[in-house]
Parts: sequence; structure tokens; C-alpha cells
Amino acid sequence: MSEAAALAIEARGLTRRFGSVLAVDHVDLAIARGQIFGFLGPNGSGKSTTLRMLCGLLQPTAGTIRALQFEVPRQAEQLRRHLGYMTQRFSLWEDLSARENLTFMARIHGLSSVERSQRIDAAVEHYRLAEFLDRPAGTLSGGQKQRLALAASTLHAPALLLLDEPTSAVDPQSRRDFWESLFTLAARGTTILVSTHYMDEAERCHSLAILDRGRLVASGAPRTLMRALPLHVVEIAAADIEGARRALHELASLRSVAQLGLRLHALLDREEAAPLERVHAVLARHGVQAQVLLAEASLEDVFVGATLPRPEAA
Amino acid sequence: MRSPGLQRTLAVAAKEMRQLSRDRVTLAMVVGIPLLQMLIFGYGIDFDVRHIRAAVVDEARTQASRVLIADLGASQVLDFVAAPASPAELRALIDDGSVAVGLYIPPDFERRRIDGDRPVAQVLVDATRPGIEPAARAVAQAPLPMRAGLAQRPPPQIEVLSEYNPERRTAVQVVPALIGVILNMTMVIFTAIALVRERERGNLELLITTPVRSGELMIGKLLPYVGVGLIQTTIVLMVGMLLFDVPVNGSLVDLYLGAALFIAATLGLGLLISTVATTQFQAMQLGFFIMLPSILLSGFAFPFDGMPRVVQWLAQLLPLTHFVEILRGVILRGAPLSTMWLPALKLVLFLLLAMAAAAGRFRKRLD
Repeated sequence: MSEAAALAIEARGLTRRFGSVLAVDHVDLAIARGQIFGFLGPNGSGKSTTLRMLCGLLQPTAGTIRALQFEVPRQAEQLRRHLGYMTQRFSLWEDLSARENLTFMARIHGLSSVERSQRIDAAVEHYRLAEFLDRPAGTLSGGQKQRLALAASTLHAPALLLLDEPTSAVDPQSRRDFWESLFTLAARGTTILVSTHYMDEAERCHSLAILDRGRLVASGAPRTLMRALPLHVVEIAAADIEGARRALHELASLRSVAQLGLRLHALLDREEAAPLERVHAVLARHGVQAQVLLAEASLEDVFVGATLPRPEAA
Repeated sequence: MRSPGLQRTLAVAAKEMRQLSRDRVTLAMVVGIPLLQMLIFGYGIDFDVRHIRAAVVDEARTQASRVLIADLGASQVLDFVAAPASPAELRALIDDGSVAVGLYIPPDFERRRIDGDRPVAQVLVDATRPGIEPAARAVAQAPLPMRAGLAQRPPPQIEVLSEYNPERRTAVQVVPALIGVILNMTMVIFTAIALVRERERGNLELLITTPVRSGELMIGKLLPYVGVGLIQTTIVLMVGMLLFDVPVNGSLVDLYLGAALFIAATLGLGLLISTVATTQFQAMQLGFFIMLPSILLSGFAFPFDGMPRVVQWLAQLLPLTHFVEILRGVILRGAPLSTMWLPALKLVLFLLLAMAAAAGRFRKRLD
């Protein structure tokens, strides 16, 4: 298999402008087949716009997209036969029952009546829809709606599944179940693109793209990103936590500091040769008693590091 | 195996039908609107005014004055519902709106009849109400022959009205065209909000990522409402026949065929509106924007011939104009649809253009 065929998505210089706002700014993507690929970023970072361009819902202002073997947006119609899409907002018909929604989606994707009933039966079983199958979709809970929406968007066994913040309205247990389902789908060869602003979800992805104000600021496997973080992560436990915070701000190499319970979580430049000694020194100068140790970078540190204002811009 | 396109079209149609069956308010409107409008318009729009509430003060109390009152009552134009004691009381009744016309016969009624140089009686009219004044003026003609001493001749007012409008029943002219007017009102709005509602509820973002094509979506959305329109046609037709004695002289098949064409054309127009409007409110506004000229210019209420040339061309762009022509032809003149191929063809053209424009305007994109 050639390298190009192994990629589900290949985008180069993807750019989208809304009036004077640059929503997506020259993003390059290469997403392998069968991966769960996450888009992590704050609201307004361009996650939804990128997903919408990848499936032909929005025209890119510049750049090229190849999704499966199709050129988007020119061949968007062909792509749609192999595409599942779950919108951020519940977009099935609330006045139709769960079963009627599934039947409609199966018919619109051209499944024969035999395939239809087989696939719907399988989905009802797998996504545990039986208890509310004949209730209007509008009366379902957030978790039930989400299971139904995922079932509806995968009935036709799409090769590419796009999920736009799918777990923003569900409880933690439902989120865990949802991700189990995604791994099952990925194991069957479905390429899944999912946007999120939850760190724990992003950490589950095979690969990640971190977006900030429309720009791709970091990408790679979560673990690789954490290991390659160009910052020292220092944790400080102190009784006088405010005093410690004030002291730390004297460090030129301090990039960010956040409080976690009774500890401070500080990010320092990699150029700082002896971070622990520097922190100890500055705390001692301010008379703050503290325990200081180096910590492993978390994905949140990666995210904070990637979305910090750039030094050259300051 | 059905073609995928047909399957998708039917899937959309089935979904629309199911949603319609869930929507009790709309469902009630499907039956209620034509029924109510038919009753209101059928009874309400009447160009010859009858049964005007009237009061009479008879201060003469002679045989001739009683004959005059009886004759005027028999004309059915005036219903004498009160007999106040004085002219002042009569005026009070008109002032408070309990009667629209007052007849005053003075004590010297017989003297005036013989002299013939003064009015024998006086008719007071509440001129704020349209249509009353001409009717009362016709009634006021009554004493004139008597003034010439020809008291035995019956009052001429009925004859005058009869010559002007021998049928004396507007319902026959209005009711057939009402089928078109009522369908026009409901159909445009049905489809005008159909797409916009899905856009507002977020359904459209999902729908446009599926393989459904815009033409399939349009036809699928239109089909169920053709059925709804034919049900409404039946309701209006039945009310017209049962309550207003409107005869259907032509073939029912021709009538329903013409109606189906008009319904589809109007639904197509609604879909086109749906692709222009971005909110349900805008869709409603645009729908009403089309509705008023349709009603005023279609020849339904005002004679088409009296309009300036430009307005006549404008009226040609409205499907209702052609349907009113078909309706009057089939229902009243008993003409077969084949003799009215031109208005029928115009409806077909309108349908094709509206659907092509709607499908062309509808983009499976969010920008």
C-alpha cells in the first residue's frame, strides 16, 4: 500500500477566513487510516471549522484536502457515502422516535430493507437503545441522545467518522462508554476525527492536533507530545501559597503558574539549566518554606505550553 | 431494486409525513383553516347587501304607511328589528350601532303623498359601514312612484337590484375561487418553513452530510403536502356544495388534476422561499408578501379587466391567477380541463421553474 493510500486525510495549507477573522490558518494534517485523531483547543480555536471543511460543509479559502480517496470539496458528494458526521448540537429529529430516526438515516444512506433491519438491530443491541427506542428523541437524556446520534451516524458503516465535541452534554460514565464504542469502531478500521476540549479525552486519542486561534501549534501522539514538552514542570508545596506565587513571578524563565489544591504547578523554560535550584533560591529569598520537585508533564501542560503567547510576539 | 435516488426521495417524504402526523397543531390547521375560512369568506364576502338591521318610526299609522313598511321588509334588504316611538330614539339606535338604517314616516305622510312636492319619508343611513349606503339609497327610491300618485305599483327597489345582479348570490362567484385562495394561503407557508425549520433546529447540518441530493430533498418535502392540499380541496369543495349550493358542473377528475398542479406549483414557490429565508419568521413574512398580491390580483375579488397592463402581467406571474381561471371554468362553466390547457401549462411551467430554482439555490454547504 502506498503512503498516500494509508492516509485517510491529507490536508495542506488549509485556511478559512470569515470576513476579517482568520478562523483556520494554514493547517497541515496527515491522518492515518483506523486512527482516532483528536483536535484539542479552546472554543474558537478553529476545531469545528476544520472538521466542516474536511467533510465539504465549508469551502476552504485556501489549501487542498484529500479525504479517503476524494478531493474535497470537488468530490464531496462521493465522500458523503462513506462519511458519518455527528454534530456538536443534537441534530436528529426530536419529534421522531429513536427508531424512526434510525430508519430514516438508514434509508437516506441507501441501505436495503434487509440490511436496514439487521444494522438497526445490531445498533440497538450495541448502543443499548432498546429501553427508549419508541420514545421521541427530544425526550431523551443527554447520554441517550448521544448514543442514538452515534448509532445513527454509523449505521452505514462509514470509513470516516467526524465527531464535533460529541461529549459536551453527557455525564462521565456516558463519556467512558462512548469512548469504548469509538475504540471498537476504530478497531474495525474506521478513521475517527474528534474535536474536544477535555484533556482526558484528548489523551485517549492515537494522535492529536492542538489548535490555537486557528493555528496548528502542536501535533503528534499524546505521549510523544508530553515527552517532548520544551518546558520544565515544577511542583511547589507551600503553606504560604500566595507568597510562593509572588516569589515565582520574579523568575524570568517562568512561563505559567497554576494552583492545584495546596500546590503550585509551574512551567519553566527548558533553557533554565537548574530549575529546582532557581526555584529554591527565589523562594528562600522571600522566606517561603516549600517542598519543590520536578514532575512529569501532563497533556494539560502540553496544551498550556502550546497555547502560551509566543515569546517572539511578546 | 429501486434506484437510490427514488429511495432517498421517498425516505424524505415518509419522514415529513410522520413529522406532520406528530404535529397536532398543524394537523388541526390542515382541516380547520379551510373549513373556517370557507365559512367566513363564503358567508362574509357578499357583494349584495341583505338583512340590514333597521328600525322604523311610523308617525302616520295609515294603511299606506303599513304597506310601505311591509314592502320594504319583504325586499329582504332591510330587516325591521325595532319600532322606536320617536325620531330621537331612532337616531339613538343608529348612534349606538344597534341598527344601520332608520326609516322615518312623518305624521303628514298621506298629505305629502298627495302634494308630491316634499319627500314622503326619510331614510337615515349609518354610512360608516360599507355597502349599506347604496342599498339604502335603492330603498329610498321607493316613495318616488307613490309621489306621482301611483300608490298601487309595487316599490321598484327589488327590480333595480335584480337588473344589476340577477343571481343575487355572490357565493357562486366567490366560492370556486376560494378553493384557490385558501390553498394558496396554507401551501406556501407549509413548505416555506419546511427547510428553514430544519435549519433552525440543526437537522440540516446533519442532512447535508448524507448522500441525499438537493432535488431529492425538495421533491421529498413537496410530495406529502400535495396530499394535504388535495384534502383541503375536498373540504372546501364539500362546504361549498353543502352550504353555499355551488354546483360543480365540470368533471371532478379535471378539478382535482388542476388542483394538484396548482398545489405543486404553490409548494414549489414555498420551497423557493425556504431557500431564501434564513429564519422561520422571514419565511412567514415572504409567504405573506406573495399572498396579498395573489388574492388582490388573481381576479378572485376584483375584475381582472379593470387592472392596468403592467399589473395584469404581474398577475400572470402568480399561480393563483391561472388556477382561478381553471376553477371557474371547471366548476361553473363545466368546461373540460383540455380546453384550458394554457393556464394548466402555465402552472406546470411555474412548478418546474420554482423547483429548479429551489434545488439550484439549495447548497449542501453551510457557507
